[in-house]
Amino acid sequence: MIETANHDLLLRMEGVTKAFPGVVALADASLRVGRGEVHALVGQNGAGKSTLMKILNGAYRRDGGTVVLDGSPIDFRSPKQAQAGGISTIHQEINLVPYRSVAENVFMGREPRRFGMIDWPRMNRSAREILSRLNVGVDVTQPLLRLNVAVQQMVAIARAVSFQSKLVVMDEPTSSLDEREVATLFAVIRGLKADGVSVIFITHRLDELYEVCDRVTIMRDGRTVEERPMGEISKLELVATMLGKELGEVRRTGQTGFGESQRHGRGVLLEASALSRGRALRDASVRVDAGEIVGLAGLLGSGRTEVARAVFGADPVDAGEIRFRGESARFDGPGDAIRAGIGFCTEDRKAEGIIPHLSVRENLTLAALPVLARAGVVDRGRQREIVDRFMRRLGIRAAGPEQPIRELSGGNQQKVLLARWLCLNPKLLILDEPTRGIDVGAKAEIQSLIDELAGEGLGVLMISSELEELTEGGDRVVVLRDGRTVAELSREAATQDAIMAAMALGPAQPEAATDPAIA
Amino acid sequence: MVTTTDVRGDRQARSWDWVGSRLQQQGALLALVALLALGWARYGDDGFVSSYNLVSALRYNAMFALIALGMTFVLITGGIDLSVGGVAVLASVVAAELSPAGLWPGVTGAILVGVAVGLVNGGLVAGFGIQPFIVTLATLLAARGLALILAGNEAAPVDFESNFLQLDRIVGGVSLAVIIAAIAYVAGSILLNLTRFGRHLLALGGNEEAARLAGLPVARTLVAVYALSGGLAGLTGAILAAQTFTGNPNEAVGWELSAIAAVVVGGTLLTGGVGSVWTTLVGVLLLGLIINLLGFENLDPYWQNVIRGGFLLVVVVLQRRLTERRGSRRIA
Repeated sequence: MIETANHDLLLRMEGVTKAFPGVVALADASLRVGRGEVHALVGQNGAGKSTLMKILNGAYRRDGGTVVLDGSPIDFRSPKQAQAGGISTIHQEINLVPYRSVAENVFMGREPRRFGMIDWPRMNRSAREILSRLNVGVDVTQPLLRLNVAVQQMVAIARAVSFQSKLVVMDEPTSSLDEREVATLFAVIRGLKADGVSVIFITHRLDELYEVCDRVTIMRDGRTVEERPMGEISKLELVATMLGKELGEVRRTGQTGFGESQRHGRGVLLEASALSRGRALRDASVRVDAGEIVGLAGLLGSGRTEVARAVFGADPVDAGEIRFRGESARFDGPGDAIRAGIGFCTEDRKAEGIIPHLSVRENLTLAALPVLARAGVVDRGRQREIVDRFMRRLGIRAAGPEQPIRELSGGNQQKVLLARWLCLNPKLLILDEPTRGIDVGAKAEIQSLIDELAGEGLGVLMISSELEELTEGGDRVVVLRDGRTVAELSREAATQDAIMAAMALGPAQPEAATDPAIA
Repeated sequence: MVTTTDVRGDRQARSWDWVGSRLQQQGALLALVALLALGWARYGDDGFVSSYNLVSALRYNAMFALIALGMTFVLITGGIDLSVGGVAVLASVVAAELSPAGLWPGVTGAILVGVAVGLVNGGLVAGFGIQPFIVTLATLLAARGLALILAGNEAAPVDFESNFLQLDRIVGGVSLAVIIAAIAYVAGSILLNLTRFGRHLLALGGNEEAARLAGLPVARTLVAVYALSGGLAGLTGAILAAQTFTGNPNEAVGWELSAIAAVVVGGTLLTGGVGSVWTTLVGVLLLGLIINLLGFENLDPYWQNVIRGGFLLVVVVLQRRLTERRGSRRIA
């Protein structure tokens, strides 16, 4: 199958490796894209998709491996070179100039000139031609910012096409589009395909893959692990491969620090129902009892973090009800949620968690300052006492409380952030990927700590991409898909396969029923 | 075991980091000491280091010190306050107009005017998310304009009969302005280091999103910091009126930039999240005394700003290099 496809291969990347100081981003990545093919590239965060694409378009230089485009080996040193060589990239965020006209954006840097001055009529005409080939009819003289995001996306594609690109890389182009806009984009992709242009399509939305892609390459941990025609791989198999699980793998591996003790709910703590917000959340519901760990599962973009932020009052919701400890609780901001007894450890420690310049002490007591201050003056004695207590209890390894937090390892930073909430004695703790990027030892420590806290009556809502963490740690697992709650699995029912099936397929679809692995 | 290897590999880098951060914090202090030593060596006790020279230099620079103190707080949040020069002259005119009523009405009025402009700044920055640069540039122009309108395009005289001029009296050998500035710096240091508000400022400048998610009152803190900066500029205006005997709407041109220069020379990062009150004081003295020393060198006064500008550039380049090295180490 691949042999026959070889004749018409446009791009061949093989054995590509790339290491950054301390991290191997690509261990052995390969990618083969046929001429006029729409090729899906999938993998979890950190699988190496972006690194591979950056090597392809010259943003990074590879350490090893071969890249052959159209029969000749290539080694681009900059995105500009790659563009000249026929590879264009359309990023998730649109890299165009909002205040300039559509035509100027299409031809920026290569404006047609006449007597040394820009030939406006010719530039507008050419831009109109290209866009109409993409079935997009817009006034090319109006500034880009007047157009909606989808049309801006089309302008970016028009720019790519105007370079006579042979290959267009689209990195999550649909994340900010609505359904109708997505349909338009897909029509454009099919048009490119008909013109013999190849497309590499990166998305986290499974349904989209099946709608437009011909083949798929799956990456995991810096390696290419699978390459298949889209029609020959089921959604379930695709998700299992992405996550690195065998179909039918049901056993509990015992690798995590979570205990086996069954906790029993002690009354409903949080009840969020039918939350919706734009396209991110459509009908998400989750319940957490006191003393219970509820796992929140879902692929990237399924709305896991959005649910957490909505409950925490960090983002407003369009509709839905949130009840906390029996009372209606649509918090106006994190401050209200914190006062009510909720803590939220964010997914992105660096961007949303730590204050890098400040010390362990300051970071740990950041949310507790209102409690620690008397007439506005921080009570240093009590602050020290709390910091000492939690540094000991959580085993935070630092030179001392005054060490800047940026110098700590990821695991210890995470413990400080956990302590930031625990010192407030919360009723509910929301953890978004609590063990991501943390070494094995610290990970087990954090997991057994969560276990212990739940034993003391704390309700925990734990978002995780790691299936073991969910099956072993969670008393229940709620699965989200495209912003909807599609399954709620009891501890017994929450096998890795069952979670994956719900993540990939949603609730009770015919495919799920016929798949032998789930029966 | 992972941690121990980490520490060992990092030790070299960390000690450099330490030297770097000391330099950033104390570099200005070293320069100040060197400058005083140089002045003393060249002109002895009678000239540059004479008590008369230093006292009069301090009297004048007390005003910069107050403005720079407020600016320090604003810069720590990652913002900027360009309105302080305008606020100072507006406040000086108000103080002069109120001077017949006495010292306290004049000073209080000046401070209230400053706080009012600061509240407008903070409200627009926090409430509408407009860039501080634009907001405070607009209020700078507006405040100067208001000062001109209020004074009728000429200097408003201070009432010599009233006790307003007591604001510039000599207490224990130094101007009262110097004592006020000293008290303000002690209070400012307590505010930044010991109070909730001060810690919020640092957290907010270090990572605004993290601060928001930790439940900090981000908007309220921003409004308060601009009000504080405005209030200090207002107080400066009152002192200016007392020292010049007038509320002159054409005074204090470019003071906002001198204040920013002093804060940055002291080591506070323009990007926010890092800063200290005492290093700002050192920055103010350093820039002020350089000019003073140049006066002794019989250098053309036009060179003053060239020297100040050059100094600022050197410091900013150094800061950039220091933060860059830290940044790269964090990735590794």
